[in-house]
Amino acid sequence: MQVPAQFRYEKASSVEHALTLLDRFGAESRVVAGGHSLIPMMKLRLAQPEALIDINDLDELATISVEQSTLCIGALVRHTDLLSSALVGEHFPIFADAERVIADPVVRNRGTVGGSLCQADPSEDLSAAFAAVRGEAVIQSADGVRTVPVREFFVGPYQTVVEPGELLVQLRVPIRSSASAYLKVERRAGDWAVAAAGAELRLADGVLAETGIGLTALGAPNFHASEAEDFLTGGPATDERFAEAGRIAARHCNPIADQRGPEAYKRHLAATLVDRVLRVARTRWNGLHPEEEAR
Amino acid sequence: MTAVEQPETPLGHGNMRRKEDARFIRGRGTYVDDVTLPGMLHGAVLRSPYAHARIVSIDTSAAQAHPKVRAVITGETLAGLNLAWMPTLSHDVQAVLATDKVRFQGQEVAFVVAEDRYSARDALELIDVDYEALPPVIDARQALAEDAPVIRDDLEGRTDNHIFDWESGDAAATDDVFASAEVVAAQDMLYPRVHPAPLETCGAVADMDAVTGKLTVWTTTQAPHAHRTIYALVAGLPEHKIRIISPDIGGGFGNKVGIYPGYVCAVVGSIVTGKPVKWVEDRSENLMSTSFARDYHMHGEIAATKDGRILGLRVNVLADHGAFNGTAQPTKFPAGFFGVFTGSYDLEAAHCSVTGVYTNKAPGGVAYACSFRITEAVYLVERLVDVLAFDLGMDPAELRMKNLLRPEQFPYRSKTGWEYDSGDYPTALRAALDLADYPALRAEQALKRERGEQMGIGVAFFTEAVGAGPRKHMDILGLGMADGAELRVHPTGKAVLRLSCQTQGQGHETTFAQIVGEELGISPDDIDVVHGDTDQTPFGLGTYGSRSTPVSGAAAAVVARKVRERARIVASAMLEVSADDLEWEKGRWFVRGDVEAGRTIQEIALAAHSDLELPEGVEGHLDATCVYNPPNLTYPFGAYVCVVDVDADTGQVTVRRFVAVDDCGVRINPMIVEGQVHGGLADGVGMALMQVMAFDEDGNHLGGSFMDYLLPTSMECPSWELGETVTPSPHHPIGAKGIGESATVGSPAAVVNAVVDALRPFGVRHADMPLTPAAVWSAAQGTPLRTDLAIT
Repeated sequence: MQVPAQFRYEKASSVEHALTLLDRFGAESRVVAGGHSLIPMMKLRLAQPEALIDINDLDELATISVEQSTLCIGALVRHTDLLSSALVGEHFPIFADAERVIADPVVRNRGTVGGSLCQADPSEDLSAAFAAVRGEAVIQSADGVRTVPVREFFVGPYQTVVEPGELLVQLRVPIRSSASAYLKVERRAGDWAVAAAGAELRLADGVLAETGIGLTALGAPNFHASEAEDFLTGGPATDERFAEAGRIAARHCNPIADQRGPEAYKRHLAATLVDRVLRVARTRWNGLHPEEEAR
Repeated sequence: MTAVEQPETPLGHGNMRRKEDARFIRGRGTYVDDVTLPGMLHGAVLRSPYAHARIVSIDTSAAQAHPKVRAVITGETLAGLNLAWMPTLSHDVQAVLATDKVRFQGQEVAFVVAEDRYSARDALELIDVDYEALPPVIDARQALAEDAPVIRDDLEGRTDNHIFDWESGDAAATDDVFASAEVVAAQDMLYPRVHPAPLETCGAVADMDAVTGKLTVWTTTQAPHAHRTIYALVAGLPEHKIRIISPDIGGGFGNKVGIYPGYVCAVVGSIVTGKPVKWVEDRSENLMSTSFARDYHMHGEIAATKDGRILGLRVNVLADHGAFNGTAQPTKFPAGFFGVFTGSYDLEAAHCSVTGVYTNKAPGGVAYACSFRITEAVYLVERLVDVLAFDLGMDPAELRMKNLLRPEQFPYRSKTGWEYDSGDYPTALRAALDLADYPALRAEQALKRERGEQMGIGVAFFTEAVGAGPRKHMDILGLGMADGAELRVHPTGKAVLRLSCQTQGQGHETTFAQIVGEELGISPDDIDVVHGDTDQTPFGLGTYGSRSTPVSGAAAAVVARKVRERARIVASAMLEVSADDLEWEKGRWFVRGDVEAGRTIQEIALAAHSDLELPEGVEGHLDATCVYNPPNLTYPFGAYVCVVDVDADTGQVTVRRFVAVDDCGVRINPMIVEGQVHGGLADGVGMALMQVMAFDEDGNHLGGSFMDYLLPTSMECPSWELGETVTPSPHHPIGAKGIGESATVGSPAAVVNAVVDALRPFGVRHADMPLTPAAVWSAAQGTPLRTDLAIT
């Protein structure tokens, strides 16, 4: 049996209490929510925090709501709740697409949205999904609250802008007219992505007024494909341009070879998945706006 | 969903729910890790981070100083007890704890015994080992290179990594057939290193009683009696002072046949501390250090006529055995039963040669439901037949039908000397093709190809050879492969069957009660099956190679028939007639010609313990014992059809359908048979599509957790479509042949054949397992991956 090293355990009773505990235990403490990344790492002794601060009782972080035309997803929202939320599904189907292929029901019942983003695993699906829809991260500390675009949230693999003493409390996504989707290639149900892509788009007068493309496990800076987005935005949503956007995304990402595949294959997947996911998003847009079907 | 009907308990063979499931589904099983003894201590193993390194020094002082540590054992400690090395099941030696060098990543280096498992694990980090890294041998194809580092310099005179050469068949006759053949197709193929990965990892609780001198070991073993004898031989302990208890076992698949260093360390830990010591490995330890399977690099050639009559097979194999030759197989078969590679076909000649080599990887090699390497053999021949079909432009099902052995050829002596007991192969293949509606599938495929969609249909036929011995041909470390059985019938007619073999989930407690029930007419509910405790059961070689039903199942039937004959003598006294005048119907003896005058087995059992004057031949009860020495192997067979959809752009494979027609002879409990087939098919999908233990150039294991070593889930498995034919084994007392491994043996070839068939528009003739999306895509690009090495 894998057993972790010794650690101290504290249960937070409120956000303020959690922040106090984070201050007290400093940089060697870790927040535990669903624990589906941290606890395995501790059991393998890849992580040996001195203290765990359990935030599972902070119900105020476990809600999904709309405030001032913004979708607000608490950091402690479980994957399964994001998956089953009609509110989220109505505005951003990309999340249901992504959640359906994240791990398995057991993990989704416990794992949290905030935990996934803070883990910042390069293969994590929600990071790309939030990057695609240009979400914002709300980070709280004893000094107050700050908001960081998800596209600036990640510093590198397994690293975020959340500093010691800070807690990610909420993800926010402005609600607007849009369509979105997410596609993933995996070796087996529940496996981390070989590669995945998410897309969000809005059409106006037959041209793409807004395009968001998220990339997972492809080494894209901050999980998105800005060059491909720039290429698309302002032009029509045609098959040819989607294919070209895929090629651009493939050129600009930085996948690494591992047992999930060689680099050339992953670049090929980047092109294929970006192309395909844009088409899915376009189909959804057309379903919502039959009167102005995209050309 | 429809409710599954609860079948009534049959008076013998038939569908019946498993007697053992009540405790398993209620969480009341008792596995090794559930065993807790007063004063018990906990062990943990320090393992090598290097694949190949010299041990310069080991400093255990800090670990010894840990307040909760009771003992730290190193190779040096063991050397003092002459236990640093132990014999393997293949007449090699294996380090228990490394003394000179480490030879694979994850090899056992030191053992800590502490008051709890947390402290034991903490103390591992306090042991300071100074290693001098050595170049490793990772690619088996380079193991015999002239400049390859010599791994086994512990063996006197060893100057290379060669273990053995073994051959089978007639080389000259085969060369003649090939020289004059119209068509020869050749293909290199790898059956990669995979792992049985049972749900329960390996472990032991060792308790040496210093007062009685008796050693009791609760341990994860498929062969408790063999373990007892080996402990006696290795440790020099008297065998009557050793008791091996194999409690509930959470899957074995061959992973729990051998003795692992951790078990020996637990025993030594108990001797050193005077307390019971528990050691249970974690998942990574299980994957990285215990018995792997396969790792056969094969070159196969098939000779045929232009119209598709197969004439011969010629095969060369490079077998990667890891750092110690620890394969578990009968002594005379260093390549297991790979010799049955001629498969299910009528050939003129065949020959194979196998060369075993050492590499810097974990030892093992015969595991994972492989029937002693028949998995590799079946994969080889079934892929070669498809390669031939590809070259000839023939339908692979038609090519098989044309070449299958015919029913009138049985018993059939193969070109490599195996005597197939019985079979009707064309009927099984026809049944599978009918069940799949093969012509409709081919028509659908043609339509889809026109649309640019890739669909594949894979056909595989297999012949298994299971149920080892006979003892004169088959032994493990000199122990002949025969099984004992004891049957006691209590005065009230309830019975206890004691078996040498050990279930790991196969349902022995049910199946064997049904065998006895069928023979005696006692309800299986009234028969307890006792197994897994050497103090309570007769000697036998254990459960692996699908041998429980062919061997112990036969023993159960034979011992029940002995009881029946004793009952006949008692009944003759009860009815005051000659025993010769009695006839048996299930459950009772009656007087020939007078059906009313009879006694049930229960009445007879009570009489046997009563004041009845017993005639000669019965002393006072019905109990009997026997040893069953099988006259031959049994030969189950089957025909499989797999249908896949392949997304050639992403490489993703979906197994859409799987049709499996199995013939395992007489089915004792069809429900259990089907369950075994379901599990094996899932295994096959896993091996074909995702399971592999690859190594990087430094010898780092790239499959050391379930995040990297992928097992299939229900999401990858279609709803299995099963069929059956029944060809009884002529030499088995009840005609049963064994089923445990059939599906694992036969299904990988069907899945791979299906994927390769789907990739035919890309000109793909072969691709190595596992066919992950990356491997499929790469094959379609004409740049196939080497799946046993790190992908770069």
